Amino acid sequence: MFLAMSAVIVFSFITPMPQQQIGEASRIFYYHIPQAWICVIAFAMSMIYSIRYLKSKDLVEDDKAVVAAKLGFVFCILATITGSIFAKVTWGSFWNWDPRETSIFILLLIYGAYFALRGAVEVEEKKASLAAVYSIFAFITVPFLIFVVPRIVPSLHPEDSIVDQNLEFTMGPVVRTIFFSSLALFTVVYFWMYSLARRVQILERKQLELED
Amino acid sequence: MPSRSAGLVSKSFAVFAKDIRLELRTRYALNAILMFGITTLAVVSFSLGQSGLSPKLLAALFWVIMFFSAMSGLAQVFIREEETGTALALKLTADPDCIYIGKLVFNFVLLSTMTAIVTPLFFVFTDAPVDNLPWFLAVLALGVVGLCGATTLVASIIAKASVKGALFSVLSFPILMPLLISLVSATQKTLENAPFGEFSAELQFLVAYAVVMVTASIMLFKFVWQE
Repeated sequence: MFLAMSAVIVFSFITPMPQQQIGEASRIFYYHIPQAWICVIAFAMSMIYSIRYLKSKDLVEDDKAVVAAKLGFVFCILATITGSIFAKVTWGSFWNWDPRETSIFILLLIYGAYFALRGAVEVEEKKASLAAVYSIFAFITVPFLIFVVPRIVPSLHPEDSIVDQNLEFTMGPVVRTIFFSSLALFTVVYFWMYSLARRVQILERKQLELED
Repeated sequence: MPSRSAGLVSKSFAVFAKDIRLELRTRYALNAILMFGITTLAVVSFSLGQSGLSPKLLAALFWVIMFFSAMSGLAQVFIREEETGTALALKLTADPDCIYIGKLVFNFVLLSTMTAIVTPLFFVFTDAPVDNLPWFLAVLALGVVGLCGATTLVASIIAKASVKGALFSVLSFPILMPLLISLVSATQKTLENAPFGEFSAELQFLVAYAVVMVTASIMLFKFVWQE
């Protein structure tokens, strides 16, 4: 996996530029889109574990929801930073309140608030169910943002960067290979990080039990 | 079952009536929310003078005032139950749905009262144009419903947490942001006297948001309450 990841990184720099108009900076999209993608996967996982926690009241589900939310938050920050750099190069400013910038900003706020809420409650079970309710409730608003804000604010995000209107790939074969290997490897890295974080969490729990 | 739904309405009303009586006795939440609204309004209009702001700025300022006023009072319905230790008694006597609906209606009445006082003052102080009054009032009403629908559940969450005041606005803001964006845009268009077609998308959104928020919060409330 390390070899494959290094290969993707090397190739993402030595191959021809993916887009002529933007130039060298367009290489960032090999990283920016997979990060945003992981962020979506992680938050969706966190949401599913939250719902499962409310149904089963099993603290293991809550632990999983926290790990997914934390990793999602890290990738969300990375995607925001790379996106912001990309925006400076292509659109001229770091932040434009483009619809997707707005929605990623709200995701950051939701999970920032989620961790703030967890920090404010002492009792384990209470913390878990309040946080689960909040993350579900907050996540419900995100679709509104995705479907409504674009009608009010014009979007700067390119709609045809991956597929065009006929659903055919707009990228050349080399770019496409690198892009999809990057996407796949980022996903693998995410699940690897997730299982590591879960193992650390389980060990911590065991240690706490031993101390008691 | 008609008997159960009749029970739901009358029990919700009982919870609501209890809260109103309590509120009229102390007027704590109403004073907080009203004074906050009037104070921010005064600060805004004092610092701007009669400088003839654009409808966009007026709409944004108006909803900023509304947002922070709501933040200052709406959490009180649940905090009061926890602080006076009456939450347990309430839990024993009524089911979660009734409690939630009662509290939601109470918050709605509270915020409407505050809006009914602050909005005319806003027009007086800022000299905003009132061209499309009926639609402005419609947007305002939908905004009040949306604000209450989204914040009442958050209020019940933070009542169980240890730092209540600051957490309320931190948790509410992400949930309210889509609402505020379209409220500002719709208000701006009614102030500009734009034709109905231009803000019908926002109106649809406001209705959908209010319905989804109220439904979702009724479904989720029992998990918070029974904790």
